[in-house]
Amino acid sequence: MSITPQHRPRRVQERLVALIIVALLLFCPPLLLVIVALPAAGLSWLPLYIFIAWATLIGLTAWLMEDGSKH
Amino acid sequence: MRTDPVILSVAFGYLALLFVVAAWGDRRAEQGRSLIGSPTVYALSIAVYCTAWTFYGSVGRAAEHGPSFLLIYLGPTLAMLMAPLLIRKMVRIAARQRITSIADFISARYGKSSSLGALVALFALVTITPYIALQLKAITVSHAVLVNYPVSADTSLIDEAFWMDKSFWVALVLAVFIILFGTRHLDASERHEGMVAAIALESLVKLIAFLAVGIFVVFVMFEGPGELFGQVAATPELAQAMSLESVPGGATGWVGMLLLAFLAFFTLPRQFQVLVVENVDEQHLKRASWLFPLYLLAINLFVIPIAMAGLLLGGLSGDPDSFVLTLPLSTGSEGLPLLVFIGGLSAATGMVIVETIALSTMVSNQLIMPLLLRSKRLHLGTKGELAGWLLGIRRVAIVLILLLGYLYHALIGDAYSLVTIGLVSFAGVAQFAPALLIGLYWRGATHQGATLGLIAGFMVWAYTLLIPGFVQSGWLDAGLINQGPWGIGWLRPYALFGLEGWDIYTHSLLWSLLANVGLLAGVSLFTRQTPLEQTQAALFTEAMNPNLQATSLWHGKTTQGELRELLSRYLGIPATRRVFAVSTHQATTSLSPTLDDNEQPASTELITRAEQALAGSLGSASARVLINSVVRGEALDLESILSILDTTSQTLEYNRRLEQKSQELARIGEELRGANERLRELDRLKDEFVAMVSHELRTPLTSIRAFAEILRDGENLPDEKRRHFLGVIVHESQRLSRLIEEILDLARLESGRLTLNPQPLDLAHLARHSVDAIARLQENRGVRLRMQLEAEPAPIIGDPDRLEQVIINLLDNAGKFADDTAPEVLLRVYRHKKHYRLSVEDNGPGISEDERERVFEKFHQIQQHEEEKTRGRPKGSGLGLPISRGIVAQLGGRLWVEDGASLGGASLIMELPEAPPKEPASSEKPTVT
Repeated sequence: MSITPQHRPRRVQERLVALIIVALLLFCPPLLLVIVALPAAGLSWLPLYIFIAWATLIGLTAWLMEDGSKH
Repeated sequence: MRTDPVILSVAFGYLALLFVVAAWGDRRAEQGRSLIGSPTVYALSIAVYCTAWTFYGSVGRAAEHGPSFLLIYLGPTLAMLMAPLLIRKMVRIAARQRITSIADFISARYGKSSSLGALVALFALVTITPYIALQLKAITVSHAVLVNYPVSADTSLIDEAFWMDKSFWVALVLAVFIILFGTRHLDASERHEGMVAAIALESLVKLIAFLAVGIFVVFVMFEGPGELFGQVAATPELAQAMSLESVPGGATGWVGMLLLAFLAFFTLPRQFQVLVVENVDEQHLKRASWLFPLYLLAINLFVIPIAMAGLLLGGLSGDPDSFVLTLPLSTGSEGLPLLVFIGGLSAATGMVIVETIALSTMVSNQLIMPLLLRSKRLHLGTKGELAGWLLGIRRVAIVLILLLGYLYHALIGDAYSLVTIGLVSFAGVAQFAPALLIGLYWRGATHQGATLGLIAGFMVWAYTLLIPGFVQSGWLDAGLINQGPWGIGWLRPYALFGLEGWDIYTHSLLWSLLANVGLLAGVSLFTRQTPLEQTQAALFTEAMNPNLQATSLWHGKTTQGELRELLSRYLGIPATRRVFAVSTHQATTSLSPTLDDNEQPASTELITRAEQALAGSLGSASARVLINSVVRGEALDLESILSILDTTSQTLEYNRRLEQKSQELARIGEELRGANERLRELDRLKDEFVAMVSHELRTPLTSIRAFAEILRDGENLPDEKRRHFLGVIVHESQRLSRLIEEILDLARLESGRLTLNPQPLDLAHLARHSVDAIARLQENRGVRLRMQLEAEPAPIIGDPDRLEQVIINLLDNAGKFADDTAPEVLLRVYRHKKHYRLSVEDNGPGISEDERERVFEKFHQIQQHEEEKTRGRPKGSGLGLPISRGIVAQLGGRLWVEDGASLGGASLIMELPEAPPKEPASSEKPTVT
């Protein structure tokens, strides 16, 4: 869907809010409990999951913010 | 290499480097080439969040409580994700209101209340001083570990005099640093550029040091993460170390800690300082919103490997908080432990520097200044004296805060483990969050609600975290925790109302926030805001409203002199001059500078700027008190602000469109009125024209009729008379038909139906021809007619018959108006640029300037003197010139009047464009209608 320039800041803001919700979901129990329940090979998967989710989130934020700043 | 002289020279050398960087940063700022004007530096300065607690404590916490240490950094990650929405709003408000600290911010939000500001400052002082102590302790301990390894640090710390304690000297150096770079300006809302530059450098140093030790442990001590985690998996007691079960409080504890870190990130005084007060540009938040989380990710990447490695090689070092140092030390490495020590030092000093600046500003502006303002004696201070006082107060506060922190560390610092102090502080400052965050979005939050909520939250926090801490330090009876006060079981601090099984921080956070938010909301719903509070609430909640910027809030009255005196007393002469300089620069256009400025009423902008300048130095509450002391009348116009804010952008847009429409209507009305005016004028001209024509037609008709009657009645008229009368009748008839011909011509011209027959011709030839035709007539009148053909041939395009008519008309007119005694007429044909001109000049009286255009009006006749009329010169119809002009205009030329150049009378000039060079036979005759 094409975005007209005047709608762009609002669209960035909407995406940011969506990203915040995603972050909350990723870092909060319901999803965490799923990860914890995975059969562990030695260490728990939890830290690895957190780091991957964290890095993904940072990447998405960077993409959203730096892409938006060009406009 | 691990000798005291080496370590000390490296450590103090590093501190000296900070001085150099800060001095450089300030120098650059003065030159206008700011070092910190980049989003990356901004993000690095936010990393002051990572203190010695992160540097040493994260590994310790990971070793003891599994992945829960990550929550301390996930919270800020979430917070920074919201930065473009939330922190941006805070930054904008702080910049607009010249906010100096979080206490100032909360005080300003709730009606610039000095009591609320003082409360926040006091709570911050209580909460943060142990945290500063924690940093100093980290320096002492890390130094001891470095020097004494492999002897345990704990045993060596006993029996040391304070002057042997390195952290005392570090604190002293930091005091000098903070005084030098933290109190350069009286205006605390101004940026401490050098300080921020140094902090950014510290953030880099600690990151590099931590990554270095992480890489060393994973890749040198072990052969990569695979081997490390393989060994961990093979050790049964470590296999569960990183699961959710090892997090205190399990899933609930997880969420509680996440929330705690999230809230504390906004409310820690040092974070508020770097995030909001030191922010140079709102746009930097965009980069920081992902760069700072990336920093956190990087600095945490090796925490788990280091913790696991420490536990695997168990027992080598005792305290997990020191794994970062003891692991490289255990391999006999010399340089790396020193780098780690410097990294820890940088983490500790960075925190101490920013926190102390923030606290000292709060203490001076929110605690001491309001008290000083109440003392009468201070108002007698001479000009500028108070400015010095204020800086002095702030500097003393810095020394005292550091001293307090040091005393805390020296006397009771051993009671807590590093992480515990940090989290207790977190939970303490989190109590500011409801007043801060709810106040940003809910306009109805009141001063009473915020105050009571804050007090209640703090009391619950103290009861559920602080006091049990004292118990665990052994200063109070352990029964308080186990049985509750006076044996009341449901009042047990760690299990309030029987809520058991939660981790203590989540437990404390739940009850304290419940009390805090509950009271804030509940009391706010049943209390009223003062007008000032309402205004401030509106300004805060609507900060992102684009209509807000232009609003001027002051409606009070005072003179410039009073304002100047107030400012110079509190801020000193130079600062006062700066405030006034901007305003007089703006005002000179309207006010004469020679007037006595002191008696001039101060403009609302000037009052606002004066208040802002005071707020930047003294805090908003004190600034308001001072401004109120000189400004008379109600200072604020709440209604106007609220109406601006309440008006949604849609209504504004709608209004704007309505206005546009009505302007358009007004414009169309104006046009219609103009058109009507023109129509009336035309109607009047038409009437006039008809009257003129009738008049002109009647004169010859009357004389024809009169002579005809004479001929009819006079039977016996002599033949000679009869012939004469007939001649007159013929002459008058000719005149009549000529007149009618002219009127017809005019009508055709005006309706555009006059058909011309343009063709290439020679104007000079035409002129010669016309002169020949009229020469006889002029000769009869005694007019001397001369011809001067300077351009021959003069090729033009035109209708020869019509042009001849024009030329004859011009010559005829000239003859009529030439001098009486020796009438003279000169016809010239010459070239002018790309045109040919034909001028007809006479030696008559000329035509005055204002008559020159009117001679081209229909029936206009120049007022002739009586005598001239008596001489019986033929009178024109007054249609010749309008017709001539019409013809010339249709041929693409012009006809106008000038002063005669050679004969001194009037000169009528006809100008026609030069004909294009002759083209081959194909050239068509253009038809002009």
